[in-house]
Amino acid sequence: MLSRTADNLYWLARYVERAEYLARILEATLRLTALPIAYVGESNEWESAVATAGCASAFFGNYPEANEENVTHFLAFSTANPSSIRSCFEVARTNARAVRTALTVEMWDAINGAWLELKRFGNGPTSREEFLGFLRWVQETSLLFDGSAYRTMLRNDAYWFSRLGLYIERADNTARILDVKYHVLLPAQESVGGPLDYFQWSAILRSVSALTAYHWVYRESLKPWLIADLLILNDQMPRSLASCYENLVRYLDEIAQAYGRQGAAQRNARSVRTRLENSRMDEIFQSGLHEFIGGFIADNNRLGATITEQYLT
Amino acid sequence: MARRATWGAWMAVAFDEMQGADGTVRPAYAELNRWLGEVLPDVLDRRRREAELLFRRIGITFAVYGETDSTERLIPFDVLPRILGAGEWDIVRRGLEQRSKAINHYIRDVYRRRDILRAGIVPEDLVFQNPVFRPEMNGQSVPHDIYVHIAGIDIVRVDADTFYVLEDNARTPSGVSYMLENREIMLRLFPELFSRHRIAPVENYPDELLATLSSVAPTTASSDPTVVLLTPGVYNSAYYEHSFLADKLGVELVEGRDLFVKADVVYMRTTQGPKRVDVIYRRIDDDFLDPLAFRPDSALGVPGLMSAYQAGNVTLANAVGTGIADDKAVYSYMPEIVKFYLGEEPILKNVPTWRCRENDHLGYTLDHLHELVVKEVHGSGGYGMLIGPKADKTALAAFRAKLKSNPKNFIAQPTLALSTCPTCVDEGVAPRHVDLRPFVLTGRDRIRIVPGGLTRVALKAGSLVVNSSQGGGTKDTWVLDR
Repeated sequence: MLSRTADNLYWLARYVERAEYLARILEATLRLTALPIAYVGESNEWESAVATAGCASAFFGNYPEANEENVTHFLAFSTANPSSIRSCFEVARTNARAVRTALTVEMWDAINGAWLELKRFGNGPTSREEFLGFLRWVQETSLLFDGSAYRTMLRNDAYWFSRLGLYIERADNTARILDVKYHVLLPAQESVGGPLDYFQWSAILRSVSALTAYHWVYRESLKPWLIADLLILNDQMPRSLASCYENLVRYLDEIAQAYGRQGAAQRNARSVRTRLENSRMDEIFQSGLHEFIGGFIADNNRLGATITEQYLT
Repeated sequence: MARRATWGAWMAVAFDEMQGADGTVRPAYAELNRWLGEVLPDVLDRRRREAELLFRRIGITFAVYGETDSTERLIPFDVLPRILGAGEWDIVRRGLEQRSKAINHYIRDVYRRRDILRAGIVPEDLVFQNPVFRPEMNGQSVPHDIYVHIAGIDIVRVDADTFYVLEDNARTPSGVSYMLENREIMLRLFPELFSRHRIAPVENYPDELLATLSSVAPTTASSDPTVVLLTPGVYNSAYYEHSFLADKLGVELVEGRDLFVKADVVYMRTTQGPKRVDVIYRRIDDDFLDPLAFRPDSALGVPGLMSAYQAGNVTLANAVGTGIADDKAVYSYMPEIVKFYLGEEPILKNVPTWRCRENDHLGYTLDHLHELVVKEVHGSGGYGMLIGPKADKTALAAFRAKLKSNPKNFIAQPTLALSTCPTCVDEGVAPRHVDLRPFVLTGRDRIRIVPGGLTRVALKAGSLVVNSSQGGGTKDTWVLDR
């Protein structure tokens, strides 16, 4: 398959995944900021939303402070932000058009329909209710696209490259939440926390749609180290780093098998997975959660670059 | 029964393909006429709306033009088919084959022996001063001596027996995707109409095209040559057709940046490393093919492609430099060109044409400007032309000045009463002017023509301009098989 086609499929999946993630962050932030300060503390949740989206420097280049109005606009509708939900859908659609023949009709309908629908929301919502409707719609669009890919694509390299994009992006997103929120997960914070941190924790879980999963897995009230365990090491949890790397290794292996050649991408992915498999949560906390996550984000970016170099150019 | 609006006025001047010259329904349209008599107006209206919905869906799926709303529009589709009888089509088909053969002979001759120039049949300056003449092709052989693999030859009809060729398109003719989609939509909407006719299929066009392209691979290529479709990219207005065709052909849709040339061999960049390319169906103009050979500022092409082509390692379809055959000035010589190479009378006539480059023709044109259509020899899309009978005094005077200052740049033709076909318009069913673009595929083994082609229709009453850029629509074209 053409390298450009594979590259487009990879980025198409990444952008759709990113749009969903942004919608989840915004949803979780809206919930947090709706609570009285006594429950969530004085921290500026909008600032942390921008940081979690990974575009703090771009944001503060445009706005002096982070508040609901300018953060929701910047993350959801801004054309100046190349990673806003709108920009994600637009780039995804441009990518989809360029590889129209590699997509199934269902996938194209999902992404083209989203792009057309986006115009209905104009430059932003007029009410909070409408905005929440928009965020739900973004998540549904991602589900529709992902489900279409899952149900209609041939299981060949086109599918595998689009899955690689999805999991690289997802791993990056989960790691970013942990990177920004690591301090509320640290054991030392527990005494200060109490009810205050409870809502922070549940917000983290909500932003990766794992609140219910948490209760099923641990059958306990929210504990920060268990939340970290769920998001980092638990391979049953679809958005955990471990699960993302299970899948990355798997799809890279499919490609290597079909092409009859292993390469740096396969080796990199396996070594990250092995590190996750051999880690224990108490060790991670001991040697520094923040450092661990920072190291993971760098590794994940490196894998993305290696995939690009090996297949997509 | 369906309403029939304002038939009268235009009947007098134009030949109607359904009603004929004397108002009796012609045999090819007998069933359609009967059906129109039975069908309720609201049924027809509903199907029209359904067609539009389907097109918008397929259109949203395929026919996307550019990135903004204004450019992503659909070409209007008329649900009433244009019907040709088997005998009528047979004449057209033979005429198309003959003309395509002559065009290939002519291009080869111009770039090789130049017999026709020496014989004084086509003036030399018409060839050598033509900006689309490519000196790079002088003395150059092309695989299997075929230059125009895909031709779109525009045909108009003026009476029961006379078909004129209006224009030859020997570079990168487009529109075939509409031919295929129109038929799909009609099959879905009017199954009962199909069961009342025996209509030659068109859906095999992609197979015929692939067979044609594979047949012209360089002799050094494997028996299963790699064919690709080269597009300028998503921002090209015909991009949807490119992706549609690549999909139907089952070949890679490549952009210039996907290809590279090494040691005069063309490769595409794939996820498994470089893959050799044998045949390029290019939908990109000569000028942009190779920045090293043509326009150096082109980012769309492939550096070194021309040199690989000259080395005989890749086939370009169509060949480079075919524009010398489809220019409006060369057009007027086409009957002589057919006779010169094939020793036959042209089966399809040319529209009578005055070449303004010749003094007496210029004189005639200036004297009769108000009744002629005057076109720029390099123009296309219906732009830059004068329709004498519709122009006011100021426009005529302005055009007269333009014509005098550069007569070589123009040809003149009589205002043709293009044939009309029944068409659904707001007031009901009414005659509208049509033309026809059949697609002629020339391979190593034979010439293939899918019966019919793309019928374009001028939707405005009385309008003769069928170009989609100027409010034209399309129709499905039916060729009856007996």
